[in-house]
Amino acid sequence: MQVLEMEHVKKSFNGAALHVLRDISLHVDEGEVVAIIGPSGSGKSTLLRCATLLTEMDSGDLRYSGQTAARSGADGRAVYADKQTLKKIRGYFGLVFQNFHLFPHYSVLKNLTDAQISVLGRGKTEAQQRARELLAKMGLSDKEDAYPCQLSGGQQQRVAIARALAMDPAILFFDEPTSALDPELTGEILKVIRALAEEHMTMVIVTHEMDFARDVADRVIFMDGGVIVEEGKPEEVFAAPKEERTRQFLARFADR
Amino acid sequence: MTVQTMLTSLIQAFGTTLFIFFFTLLGALPLGLLVNACRKSRFAPLSWLTKIYISIMRGTPLMLQLMVVYFGPSLLLGITVPGNWRSTAVVLAFVINYAAYFAEIYRGGIESIPIGQYEAAQVLGYSRLQTYFKIILPQMVKRVLPPVTNEVITLVKDTSLASVIGVVEMFTRAKQIAVAPHSPGMITFLAAAIFYYVFNYAVAFGMERLEKALDYYE
Repeated sequence: MQVLEMEHVKKSFNGAALHVLRDISLHVDEGEVVAIIGPSGSGKSTLLRCATLLTEMDSGDLRYSGQTAARSGADGRAVYADKQTLKKIRGYFGLVFQNFHLFPHYSVLKNLTDAQISVLGRGKTEAQQRARELLAKMGLSDKEDAYPCQLSGGQQQRVAIARALAMDPAILFFDEPTSALDPELTGEILKVIRALAEEHMTMVIVTHEMDFARDVADRVIFMDGGVIVEEGKPEEVFAAPKEERTRQFLARFADR
Repeated sequence: MTVQTMLTSLIQAFGTTLFIFFFTLLGALPLGLLVNACRKSRFAPLSWLTKIYISIMRGTPLMLQLMVVYFGPSLLLGITVPGNWRSTAVVLAFVINYAAYFAEIYRGGIESIPIGQYEAAQVLGYSRLQTYFKIILPQMVKRVLPPVTNEVITLVKDTSLASVIGVVEMFTRAKQIAVAPHSPGMITFLAAAIFYYVFNYAVAFGMERLEKALDYYE
């Protein structure tokens, strides 16, 4: 079963002046790791925001594990499911933000347990057990009583990943998870994501880390100007891009 | 009248000052949240009415508002007010005035919270109500403490305005004593000033402690 199906997604801002997504379709299989690359303003983040229901699509279909979150109506506009269905669908995915967005007034442990308790209805003991498991996995067992402001950026992002995982999502989205970090801290995040990939966690990762995308992804998608220009296995896209735009983009990265 | 009698009398009236102070905070602090929620309402007429209310509360003197609330029902509307209307009216006028100011302070506090906090909560599945009470409100409280402290200190001094409708709080009593024959005269005002100052000092100290208690996160 496909975990995520997005069909013919279109989105523009400022009325219809700025077309950010022009007919994008994206399917993700269970256990698949998809990396989305592309220049700034290519629509990568907007695509993630549409997938995670933070931004409403103008038109298109959105399904999680066969459940419809939105579909194009007769007039072509996207029609969203009712509140109850959307609440259920939010349980299918998690999102790791570029800027972490941890809850600053909660300790690390509470950041991980609160949504489990108040959204999933888990008991406190069960929630704490799950949280501690994940903190151990992230190498942050000694930080459960710390507050986000006491942690480095890399540690905060690992807590954010653990917070998303604690909800047991079927698919996890990453929106440039290392872009807000100092270069020496990106490694620890990439290591965590790599470990998740080895466990066959279904993931969609928007990233500017080309080497990482090549290593970790099963499929690479190159977006530019609101469309998918090229997609394929990383070795194909990186070593032998078919499209001129992909070649130009990758060449810019190779120059650095 | 001895200085001691004067002080005893002031202290008695200080009880009324405290009464106005505490009941105003008890009413206005939560009411400010409700006012702010109404102001943000998607139902436009409610939002407009709330804006007009805030504008009037901020744009006219509290002394005048006290008079309208106290005399208004009987003089303007012809309603027979209950016997204890004076103390009810004074608290009511203070509450609706201060709620408007608190609402504006809360608004600033809530608007300063990054949109990412709402988005993180939404993706995790929190309902709007849960997001407000668990994520936004606690962070807002920390951010608004300094301006709220300012308002609370102003309130201590504003209680003296209650004298305009004949409420015998400390300042009213001080005026009565000062003009009475054989009274300690101007010393009474000095004593009243010291009372206000000490009380405000305690308020500022308490609020500072509260700020420190919330210093565990940024």
